[in-house]
Amino acid sequence: MTLLQVEDLHVTYRGGEGDVPAVRGVDLTVAEGEVVGLAGESGCGKSTLASTVLRLQPAGARVTGKVLLDDEDVLTMRWGRLRAVRWAAASVVFQGALHSLNPLQRVGDQIAEPMLLHEPGTTRGTAARRAADLLERVGLPASRVRAYPHQLSGGQRQRVMIAMALACSPRLVVADEPTTALDVMVQAQVLDLLTGLVADLGLGLLLISHDLSVLGSTCDRVAVMYAGRIVETGPGRDLFTDARHPYAKALAAAFPTIGDPGGRLSPAGLPGDPPDPAALPTGCSFHPRCTVAVAACERRDPLLRPAGPGRSAACLLVGEDGSPLTGTDGDVPEELR
Amino acid sequence: MTATTAGAGPAGATPEGSPLLALEDVHVVLGGHGAPSARAVDGVHLQVRRGEIVALAGESGCGKTTLARTVLGLQRPTSGRVLVDGVELGTSRAELRAWRRRVQLVPQDPTGSLNPRRTVYEAVAEGLRIHRIPAETGRREDDLVAEALERAGLRPAERFVARYPAELSGGQRQRVLIAGALAVGPELLVADEPVSSLDASVRGTILALLLRLRDELGLSVLVVTHDLGLAWNIADRLAVMYLGRVVEAGPTEEVLADPQHPYTQALLSVVPETGRLEPVVLRGEPPDATAIPAGCRFHPRCPALAAGPAAGVGDGLAARCRSEALPLLPPSAGHTAACLLRDAEAQAPGNPASVPDDG
Repeated sequence: MTLLQVEDLHVTYRGGEGDVPAVRGVDLTVAEGEVVGLAGESGCGKSTLASTVLRLQPAGARVTGKVLLDDEDVLTMRWGRLRAVRWAAASVVFQGALHSLNPLQRVGDQIAEPMLLHEPGTTRGTAARRAADLLERVGLPASRVRAYPHQLSGGQRQRVMIAMALACSPRLVVADEPTTALDVMVQAQVLDLLTGLVADLGLGLLLISHDLSVLGSTCDRVAVMYAGRIVETGPGRDLFTDARHPYAKALAAAFPTIGDPGGRLSPAGLPGDPPDPAALPTGCSFHPRCTVAVAACERRDPLLRPAGPGRSAACLLVGEDGSPLTGTDGDVPEELR
Repeated sequence: MTATTAGAGPAGATPEGSPLLALEDVHVVLGGHGAPSARAVDGVHLQVRRGEIVALAGESGCGKTTLARTVLGLQRPTSGRVLVDGVELGTSRAELRAWRRRVQLVPQDPTGSLNPRRTVYEAVAEGLRIHRIPAETGRREDDLVAEALERAGLRPAERFVARYPAELSGGQRQRVLIAGALAVGPELLVADEPVSSLDASVRGTILALLLRLRDELGLSVLVVTHDLGLAWNIADRLAVMYLGRVVEAGPTEEVLADPQHPYTQALLSVVPETGRLEPVVLRGEPPDATAIPAGCRFHPRCPALAAGPAAGVGDGLAARCRSEALPLLPPSAGHTAACLLRDAEAQAPGNPASVPDDG
């Protein structure tokens, strides 16, 4: 069953010199028991999208489209209803969570707080007991409820943040770069924990990261974002091993496969910088950095379209079956010249 | 590529003569003063030859950053020696200044490491002024700044000199810091997680820059990281650190294609990629340098030891893992690992050693 359905979402910030479109028409769904990855880099709009799911976008941002949580539109619901939906229907683990805990409060109290605020009738004793259970659920001893954040390591604090997100038994969890500041081993522990929760509790999980290798190995489906749009979607593993959009390819190649002679002493980077959202290039917004762009890419703005079974890509040079439309000798179809 | 040499002999005598950087049995004890003292670096031999990129990999708390600080002369070793080109790191101001001209840091977080109120020019010129390089070389400061910026890939330099950090992308900021390090003409760069805070597509361009600097200027690089993919991308040799010690070291291809230490095996297995290895997710956090376990320091988390006889570990061997102190890995160009299980396997009859013993 679909938990989250985002339809044609646009989010525009008002800048000093005109509007800055951060999200430019995104469709996305997350079902029960499904892990969906959202990949992209700084400024691509992925964190704006994450906050808009719970209407937490900055004041002043103009939002159009729909964000349906269990068929109810978060963007238009009344304030009281929104308050009930946050935490209980969906919760967010934000980026930089390591600094988001209150240093002066015991972690057990911080986990219990949303229960006391959002579930009327919950007693302090019940909330404390549930906080201890949640800590065990995320792999920490229940006795750590009495710990202060500084007494915990980075990985343990991230577990506390996840326990807090689970406090009101939400069905959807949005995790924005939950492992970015963590070591590989701790990252593996946290990813194991998240995917285990999805399997055990039937949660839907939207996992946001700039690391396509993490998403590829964790997610059922992955969407890659560039300049406010989704430029490719497909099964997670396929997107990492066999991306079709040139940007998704570059993102996948950024993390080498150890043992692959191709990456040995030859790191793959993508020259150039992401475009300024206030001054997007004409045509395909990726064309100035694209190594295979043709003349038509400067004029035509490709929309997401089928690119093989279960996959889609927004690139003029990717055919409907997913095969490239240019040959190795660079022969480009007539209409694209 | 360096060949495996049996019997590399005493520290310092490597195939290419004396290494640029040599750490000899370095120990760093932090804390004390009432707090429990932490053996952050607990006996490390490590060498970086000229024009060589060495990756020092391990988890937070393994001592790799303390070791990097020691190499930079920011942390005095409690015992052991740090040498550049055979000259020991001294303690006087003049000695430290001379040292820092030869050994420069590329920091982890380019945004936090640049003063937001100072231009790119000021950021790069700072080191030149500290080391009085224009006076010494008779060259103009602005020429030196422009040269360093262009070496770091910020071309043409005049487009960047007057800009402020906020006007630059993350990758450009990292290049400014690299230019600042290059400006003083160092022989060794110490890069602490040089790409961990950068976007994925920028990561490769910065790593490619480090490779190019090695090729064009013959620079040596000691890169501290928790990212084995980075080591695969740029490092000639890899040393894996656990709780203050190097537990495995060797040419990067050999260590990553055929890891010998159970810790290296576990680290490699959790690198998210296409599932070449069954992931071995170690439980718990890296242990505490204030309470290093007896015996092999990895034994409380060792998956091979936990598997016991199933992994071919008999009771006698297991007891040794828990109690027997392991010798330090000697400085060596070959592939070495500090693990009793591996040694026992290599010595078993009919089981030729897969790793030559360089000791």
